[in-house]
Amino acid sequence: MKYLCLAFYDEQKFDTLSKADLEAIGARCRPYDEELAKSGHLELAGSLQSTRSSTTLRPRNGRVSITDGPFVETKEQIGGFIIIEARDLNEAIRVASKHPAAHMNEHLGWGIEVRPIEVLANDSLICRLTVEEQPKS
Amino acid sequence: MTEPEDAADRVQRTVDAVYRTESRQVLATLIRHLGDFDIAEEALHDAFRAALEQWPKDGVPAKPAAWLVTVGRFKAIDGIRRRARFAPLEEHSEQVAAAIAHEREPDLEDPTVVDDQLRLIFTCCHPALSPDAQTALTLREVCGLTTEEIARAYLTPAPTLAQRIVRAKAKIREARIPYQVPRPDELPDRLDTVLRVIYLVFNEGYAASAGPELTRHHLSAEAIRLGRLLVDLLPEPEALGLLALMLLHESRRSSRTSTTGDLILLTDQDRSRWDRAQIAEGLDLVRRALASRRFGPYTLQAAISAVHAEAPRAEATDWGQIVGLYDLLARSEPSPVIELNRAVAVAMRDGPAAGLALIDNLLDRGDLTDYHLAHSARADLCRRLGKRADARASYERALALARQAPERRFLERRLAELQD
Repeated sequence: MKYLCLAFYDEQKFDTLSKADLEAIGARCRPYDEELAKSGHLELAGSLQSTRSSTTLRPRNGRVSITDGPFVETKEQIGGFIIIEARDLNEAIRVASKHPAAHMNEHLGWGIEVRPIEVLANDSLICRLTVEEQPKS
Repeated sequence: MTEPEDAADRVQRTVDAVYRTESRQVLATLIRHLGDFDIAEEALHDAFRAALEQWPKDGVPAKPAAWLVTVGRFKAIDGIRRRARFAPLEEHSEQVAAAIAHEREPDLEDPTVVDDQLRLIFTCCHPALSPDAQTALTLREVCGLTTEEIARAYLTPAPTLAQRIVRAKAKIREARIPYQVPRPDELPDRLDTVLRVIYLVFNEGYAASAGPELTRHHLSAEAIRLGRLLVDLLPEPEALGLLALMLLHESRRSSRTSTTGDLILLTDQDRSRWDRAQIAEGLDLVRRALASRRFGPYTLQAAISAVHAEAPRAEATDWGQIVGLYDLLARSEPSPVIELNRAVAVAMRDGPAAGLALIDNLLDRGDLTDYHLAHSARADLCRRLGKRADARASYERALALARQAPERRFLERRLAELQD
């Protein structure tokens, strides 16, 4: 089972950090990067540039509208992601709990969301096709 | 000669009794075998239907639960196979494989089977489910309450509750929440969630907030039953502590309200009406939990309750010991409410002036400004010190904040006493 882990952070607070602060954070994250790479769970990892470099596309009046900035204007933005392979949610939580966003820099709004990647849909890779069941009366 | 109806009635009664005592264990084991809550529930009902047909003819099997697991599993696999012929193969092949992999007579003494109910508890109380869903799912799957019973107890519309349970099961399936007891390094955190769910159920049934007394009593009884089950399966100190806490509270259920539904304070309760058997069991559990030296907040709260239970009269309460226990509790779980309770205990040990100083200090910090019990505790201490105007002001403040009818009546009575 694959899980997408989205690492969140408070972008404005992050922007106030000095170069030395950033280097110190980087140094504390590095052992995790190495451990994760060795664990055999990692499929893909990425660190995202600031949302200032973001562009959002939306359908508007039957055409594609292109705007500057992230899809949702909010304090906490996605700063990075990992895609992991795990047997079940408990294992995914174990892997994600070692991610710096799960246990470091509370004051910078860090946090990580673990989301299972749809595996049941067999005729579309990009769209969620399962519909929530209605309870039996 | 027995009439045939009598024989059928007898089997029906046996099946009912087996359903009450064994259905949760059977369900827990079926979920492990079949890997899905809904399929397992259907299998459970199929198995009981089969029992009603077969037991009158063949007699009740020696091990009814094992029989039900085998039959339920067979029916489920059969159903999955039959559906598989009509549905796309991929959809069910995984379930079929999972089901067939376990075709073996279940041994109910097997630790794996014994642990199934624990797996069920930890899955229903998984922290990835919302707290509402944890409670609903636990009452539905572990306790076997119907959706309607849970809805009534929580004053929630049944469709809302049903939806909550469906969503929780969907999350278990889609996010793949595993059916397992957490590893030792994860156990303390996960156990906390389970204990919190059980205690919430208990309090919902114990607090005089809402709902008919009968349903509320039912919830507390279920919470105690869950607590006992957990202690049997996993005798961790805090599980013992929680069970003790619930039993000690429950022992005073009938003496804490008057016939007219008014609150009776601990000091004014008729102690001869406290349930001695529940107290004895609670005290024994507290001792065991304390002896482990790995206890936490539930055990400490139970120990405080135990000091009250051990006092034959309110005046004989060992307030010194209670203050000491609140000190430990405040250290392990710092909170202004615990400090407030400690202040009340200090007032009982050292006199109202000492308690009042602590409460004023707490109120000055602003944490409890809107907490009616802080103001009513302050009012009570002022009253005992003869500061009538201060007492009245604090009772009025408490009354403005209190929401529950019995509490409001209590505060109004106290205010009226101060008018004379």
